[in-house]
Amino acid sequence: MIAFWVLALALIASGVFTITASKPVYSVVGLLGNFVVLAILYLTLQAEFLAVIQIVVYSGAILVLFLFVIALLSSGVKPFDEGTNRLPRVLIPALVLGGIALVTIVFSAVRSPSPAQPSITAGSPGALGQTGEAGVFGSVANFGQTLFTTNLLPFEVTALLLMVAVIGVVLLAGDDVPSRLQVRERGTEREPIVKSGEPLTR
Amino acid sequence: MTPSAFAVPIENYIGLSAVIFFLGVTGVIVRRNPLIMLMSIELMFNAANLALITFAKAWVNAAGHIFAFLVITVAAAEAAIGLAIVVVVFRRAAHVDVDEIATLHG
Repeated sequence: MIAFWVLALALIASGVFTITASKPVYSVVGLLGNFVVLAILYLTLQAEFLAVIQIVVYSGAILVLFLFVIALLSSGVKPFDEGTNRLPRVLIPALVLGGIALVTIVFSAVRSPSPAQPSITAGSPGALGQTGEAGVFGSVANFGQTLFTTNLLPFEVTALLLMVAVIGVVLLAGDDVPSRLQVRERGTEREPIVKSGEPLTR
Repeated sequence: MTPSAFAVPIENYIGLSAVIFFLGVTGVIVRRNPLIMLMSIELMFNAANLALITFAKAWVNAAGHIFAFLVITVAAAEAAIGLAIVVVVFRRAAHVDVDEIATLHG
């Protein structure tokens, strides 16, 4: 119980730091703390594999991607105008929509059946130390068995989704492929990563 | 399972998830920097994941874990595409107001 509250406070604090930081780099740091705390919370919920995935994919891949883009875009300049404060303009619609969402959540919470385990004990008999046994809830073997038998189709759709994402990114952000003729004219000269005409360093 | 002093009700986890989701929504609405807006979207993804994993634990059903895994994949794809769009927009014009990017309005 105490551990939960400590983790919850750390999670909320890092989230607040993420959205209030003055620079994107500070936001990345806050988000990193958020992800690590969330991985620990996943461990208390017996989701070992997802805790590891949270660290590897989110902290290892996505945050590093953010850092690359920050380093690429804002080398000492402020790339995007801050403009006027949007809070007063959006406050009333946000409150209305939030109220609707809250009513919906409370309504569905009242209507829903009570779960098998209405409370969560961190030290309950579970997957820790039994990661290889497929029958144990939360073990890696159980996760893999479910993923590759019952939910095989969503898993394959995931592969397709990532493929589409890769193609989309290359189409969006990739340089135009120089034709063979231009390459031959240019000889063995290498193409600079940042072309001089582009406003990257402005 | 008998409730003990160490037991945490799942309402706490769901409430925590709601708070994190609220933080993400606030970040998207209030902040102007598109990178921080994307990071707020990541916060919302994580809030949804926390809720899914909590429910998976509460119902002792691994389907929630599978769905959280799919959400992580979608988040990775979304981050890649979103950052690519940010890079393209910044290449086209050095100083942009996020509210005035209306090229895709049609």
